[in-house]
Amino acid sequence: MTRAGWLRLAVIAAAIAVLELACRAGLIDRRVMVSPSEMATALIGILASGTINGDIARTLGVVAAAVALSITLGFALGLLIHALPRLREALDPFFATYYAVPIFIFYPVLIAIFGLSLVPILLIGVATAIVAMIIATLNGLDRVPRVLTKIARVHRMGRLATAIRLQLPAAAPHLFTGVKLSVSYGFIAVIAAEFILAPAGLGRDIADAYADFNNRRMYALMLFVLLIATVVNMALHAWDLRWGERRGRGPP
Amino acid sequence: MTRRAADTLLIVIVLLIAWQALHHLVGETALPAPAPTLAYLVRLVPTSRFAENAAATATSFAFALILAYGIGLAIGAWMGAHRLSGAVGEPILVALYSLPKITLYPMVLLIFGLGISGKVAFGALHGVLPVALLTMAAIRNISPVHLKSARVMKLNRWQTILTVLFPATLPEIVAGLRIGFTVTLLGVLLAEMFASKQGLGFLIINAMSLLQSEEMMTIAVLLFAFAALANALLLWMEHRLHRRV
Repeated sequence: MTRAGWLRLAVIAAAIAVLELACRAGLIDRRVMVSPSEMATALIGILASGTINGDIARTLGVVAAAVALSITLGFALGLLIHALPRLREALDPFFATYYAVPIFIFYPVLIAIFGLSLVPILLIGVATAIVAMIIATLNGLDRVPRVLTKIARVHRMGRLATAIRLQLPAAAPHLFTGVKLSVSYGFIAVIAAEFILAPAGLGRDIADAYADFNNRRMYALMLFVLLIATVVNMALHAWDLRWGERRGRGPP
Repeated sequence: MTRRAADTLLIVIVLLIAWQALHHLVGETALPAPAPTLAYLVRLVPTSRFAENAAATATSFAFALILAYGIGLAIGAWMGAHRLSGAVGEPILVALYSLPKITLYPMVLLIFGLGISGKVAFGALHGVLPVALLTMAAIRNISPVHLKSARVMKLNRWQTILTVLFPATLPEIVAGLRIGFTVTLLGVLLAEMFASKQGLGFLIINAMSLLQSEEMMTIAVLLFAFAALANALLLWMEHRLHRRV
């Protein structure tokens, strides 16, 4: 590991240690925060009891479904929009604005339409994640060398074959950026939706624990969600780096 | 009108037709049609109820934005100028940026309480990260030629900062401020949606529980328009600055 890497580890460890000491010494009130070690013990207890297995499966299932839908549909829409330059020009202002508007404020509207079920959560997840994938697909396709498209024509490859066997691999690094963003956005939207209003799920569990003044449980669940999100994001990041090196792109 | 603008207008019209169609599909109580929503907007905006809640959101948002910009610029400047701090801190900031920060909201509430300070802190928490990351990148990306010219011309530290560093980094910093604007607004609205008795985020959630879909849709559309306009303005500034450099 590099020097910066070790230092980073030391900074994080020191921050946790300071928090632990401050909690134990009573500098931080128990009603505000429990110590990191207590969060971890409480989390292990909750996980061992198996009481939140259903909520874990539910939340991760919705995230996975929203991300899978966003990636496949986003790629397909990206291909379509890329093939129609006039449509793309007209859509450009929308893409530039999409992540500037709080899409999430339409979550209550989705609840009014579809009722309090999995559907609005899935839809808000897809709505948040899909446009990142469309934009990444367009960026990737823009950078496919023209010589490849000519080769496809020379070999008389069909639209679908060109897309899957040629454009997909050539645009892959950019597509992976889209995948990474989709996963992170999907996670954020689903957890936020569960947190604001949902019949079940990890986000709802945290909100419930907060309402019950059950800080031990609340912080344990918070730690769990943040750990999962961090591990997933870091795994994707590491994969991206390794892939980049193999393609001779070097780390960004 | 250019062809491109006409095409964009066409898409807006298609979206409105889709909204109208969805309205017929799901019914009046779930989703009001575009025209009644607009009529409701005209009635809602002059009311004192709207003014009070909009003012509550605007106040929280303004304070959150000041904090996010101030802290974000300071962290970004420090991590951009000091290489090792940047190398140590950047992955931490990137990791924090992609986390579902809503999970941290109960902690913010326990620390800052249910009033305006909790909303401000949560909004700022969202905005600090992109501002810091883009400021850092802006400072790192300064072309060494600029710094060398400053040395050749024997500029002192403040002259270098004001006449070289500041103008060279401005376009990218404005990009950070633009993204910071968006996510800070989202943070404040999320905070109002979860546990607040005031603000536009609260009005939306309240309207949903009272099944007032017209009010819900109206406020959502208003916020949408506000964010889109602010973004367009900042984007325009960014483009102008880029062309100047």
